Amino acid sequence: MLSGFSAEILARVQFAFTVSFHIIFPAFSIGLASFLAVLNALWLWTDNQVYRILFDFWKKIFAIAFGMGVVSGIVMSYQFGTNWSVFSDLAGPVIGPLMAYEVLSAFFLEAGFLGVMLFGRERVGNGLHMFATGLVAFGTLISATWILSVNSWMHTPAGYSINELGQFIPEDWWAIVFNPSFPYRLLHMVLAAYLTTAFVVAGVGAWHLLHNKADAAGRKMFSMAMWMALLVTPLQIAAGDFHGINTLEHQPQKIMAMEGHYDSHPEGAPLILFGIPNPDEKRIDYAIEIPKLSSLILKHDLNAPLAGLDTIPDEDEPPVAIVFFSFRIMVAIGFAMLGVGIWGGVQRYRKRLYDSTWLHRTAVLMAPAGFVAVLAGWITTEVGRQPFTVYGMLRTSESLSPIAAPAVATSLIAFIIVYFFVFGAGTFYIVRLMIKTPQAPDDLEENGPTRTAGITPVQQLDDSHLAPGE
Amino acid sequence: MPDVFFELSFIWAGLIAFAVLTYVVLDGFDLGIGILFPFAHTHKDRDVMMNSVAPVWDGNETWLVLGGGGLFAVFPLAYAIVMPALYMPIILMLLALVFRGVAFEYRWKTVRWRGVWDTAFFGGSTVAALCQGIALGALVQGIDVDGRAYGGGWWDWLTPFSITTGIAVVVGYALLGSTWLVMKTSGAVSHHMRDIAKPLAIVTLVFIAVVSLWTPFQNAEYFGRWFNWPGTLYTSPVPIALVVAVFLLFQGLATGKETTPFLAAEAIFVLAFIGIGISFYPHIVPPSLTIVEAAAPDSSLLFTLVGTLVLVPLILIYTTYAYWVFRGKIDPDEGYH
Ligand code: HDD
Ligand code: HEM
Ligand code: HEM
Repeated sequence: MLSGFSAEILARVQFAFTVSFHIIFPAFSIGLASFLAVLNALWLWTDNQVYRILFDFWKKIFAIAFGMGVVSGIVMSYQFGTNWSVFSDLAGPVIGPLMAYEVLSAFFLEAGFLGVMLFGRERVGNGLHMFATGLVAFGTLISATWILSVNSWMHTPAGYSINELGQFIPEDWWAIVFNPSFPYRLLHMVLAAYLTTAFVVAGVGAWHLLHNKADAAGRKMFSMAMWMALLVTPLQIAAGDFHGINTLEHQPQKIMAMEGHYDSHPEGAPLILFGIPNPDEKRIDYAIEIPKLSSLILKHDLNAPLAGLDTIPDEDEPPVAIVFFSFRIMVAIGFAMLGVGIWGGVQRYRKRLYDSTWLHRTAVLMAPAGFVAVLAGWITTEVGRQPFTVYGMLRTSESLSPIAAPAVATSLIAFIIVYFFVFGAGTFYIVRLMIKTPQAPDDLEENGPTRTAGITPVQQLDDSHLAPGE
Repeated sequence: MPDVFFELSFIWAGLIAFAVLTYVVLDGFDLGIGILFPFAHTHKDRDVMMNSVAPVWDGNETWLVLGGGGLFAVFPLAYAIVMPALYMPIILMLLALVFRGVAFEYRWKTVRWRGVWDTAFFGGSTVAALCQGIALGALVQGIDVDGRAYGGGWWDWLTPFSITTGIAVVVGYALLGSTWLVMKTSGAVSHHMRDIAKPLAIVTLVFIAVVSLWTPFQNAEYFGRWFNWPGTLYTSPVPIALVVAVFLLFQGLATGKETTPFLAAEAIFVLAFIGIGISFYPHIVPPSLTIVEAAAPDSSLLFTLVGTLVLVPLILIYTTYAYWVFRGKIDPDEGYH
């Protein structure tokens, strides 16, 4: 089925496929873990039961998403060795320790306190339970910090020397961890996770409001999420802008590909809104462009010269079309999110936040938008780094394991089948939980919120909780 | 400098061995529960079995991530050689862990498909254990190295010896799982597991005997270490301690002890692990790659060591706390889901 493809291209597809699946779950669970911590804190603080209802509602969804994140992440950590062993040998001394720190400082923390957060409220009491919930959220952020440092180092390597074997040898850990693109990428990604989650929560809230405008839980989550959309989207756009300017400094050919600049523009470069890259002729067909705007955005000067891909040797050029399109998808979603955020702000000001059917419909439609933007953003970044794994230093073609194409092809097919089956089922269960009306947990109904200490039986699996048809 | 280098790489070999051993000790019984799933009599029994590890399984599995991630960090060359050499068993293990991991959540979310996720939990656990055993066997057998890369073919791992170690690990994990359940459950499940534990213990011991006698013949160096004077002097405490553990296991099972069988079964695993360590030393990838050759540069080892010495004790403390929170027998009516 996949014969005719080289081991290299198959391994690249396999990496892209498995990491794309993986990133979907952290993007959601980083945001959701923080949201849960906020909900639990608000419940303890205000004693308002709606927060506790929301906590229990999203907790079940979080458990599934987190589980999928864990299993897809374990695959990632072994894939460096199976498919990219030369890369592991050469870059391992630098990035291996950072990933080890991720395991030690983040994964264990999350895993250790996850059980307490999910199942332990009655056993440890509300105080320690809050502590555990906070630590899980904190752990997801530490995890993002380390892995993004690793990834950023591959884009903007710093703080190393190269030994006689060609290995990267760490010289300055501070420079390695805080490499030039890391702060921008971290900020942009964490905001992306929060926005992704906000739009999922908004969509779920809106769905419940469309069925019952009076649903207190639906109102609360929709309102909270719309605040996030209004406040965080502009920040994200600003962060993206800074990120792009930083990339221009360190990885100019990635920006050339994103902008579609095949040619240099000595007197100010246009912003190409849309067009179709034509790699053979090295130009953008049907381009719709605004003169000089690209120079204004990237250099803050209408007439600043910008070099194009004509200044780059062909063998160092990234694939333009993928980068060009995925970047536009991400930016388009960013502005669509801004639009929804402002719309929500206006309706809130007019006191119509819970009655605006069209806003609710749009929010339901936009629920998955964050995931698409995250994937598009990563594809921009990663494909734009090609043909290197360590930018400018180590080529992708020189990073591969000595493995045979049939072995990679077989495992790729297995991953595709298993992932679609397993994560498809998980998504189905998550969506089913999302559309169920949020309900007060048993102990709240019976005894009020304050009961603690290990005497309460937790609710059992009760088939009546399941959706009709099961 | 060379002196420090020496010490650091050996400290690290010890730490990696510790991570892998902790993984086996913790995830072994956890996978074992999955292996025993088909032996449960009712849905309810399966609920109880799964709930006995639901709050801790993720932490157990994180030791596997540390084993792989740690190897990548401090012995990148070993990681780069072993992973391609064991390509198929590793990928298969990862896929199996996917099925098993999601089953913890999925099987509570559906009635119609509960059987599917029960099977996924059983199959995932069994295949993961089998692949781990095969990987171990393939390592003991030795791996072809060519320059700084794996030099063999992609079926080299598959031999009668590696299949034997694979099955041995499946049976051994099942023994750990059954004794864990003897300790953590009550009533019918507990009795049932006590009945199962005995034959499992016998089969495990047979496998340990077969593998132990077979291993020295994989490699002349192993043989020398175990059977030539004065090596025997250092290695003989291992079999002696093993005899004690076996006695405690059977006695504990026969006299209705709750915790002893589990601890004794774990002790058997620890001893077997030490035995393998003795065979390996000073190699990290037998027969040709040594610990020193595979180590990352000093700066990587030192940077990682500082954090490890602070964080691993912390991890052990809060992991113990998590087990403590969920201590005691599982109440069949206390569903965690
Ligand atoms: C820790 C490092 C790391 C991280 C966090 C990511 N990647 Fe990456 N990516 C790589 C490390 C890497 C790599 C190992 O360097 C690859 C494999 C082969 C290659 O060229 O680079 C790669 C390739 C790669 C490719 C193939 C590019 C090509 O061959 O043209 C795509 C599409 C992605 N990645 C997408 C992603 C996505 C959606 C991510 C979101 C999580 C992501 N990457 C995070
Ligand atoms: C190649 C890159 C990556 C590798 C090797 C990797 C590895 C892993 C591993 C092994 C786990 C499971 C941890 C456990 O056992 O508990 C995991 C989970 C996680 N990863 Fe990744 N990861 C990668 C990319 C990312 C990225 C880009 C992010 C976010 C920016 C991220 C954030 C997380 C988080 C928050 C979790 C916890 C589980 C979850 O939230 O779903 N990872 N990752
Ligand atoms: C409209 C405004 C936005 C701009 C101008 C922008 C800009 C950028 C740029 C320039 C990159 C590539 C960085 C590189 O070259 O390495 C990038 C990557 C990325 N973007 Fe955006 N972005 C925007 C909106 C969004 C939104 C709304 C999301 C998700 C909700 C998002 C998620 C990501 C992610 C996950 C990456 C990859 C990680 C990274 O490199 O930081 N972006 N973005």
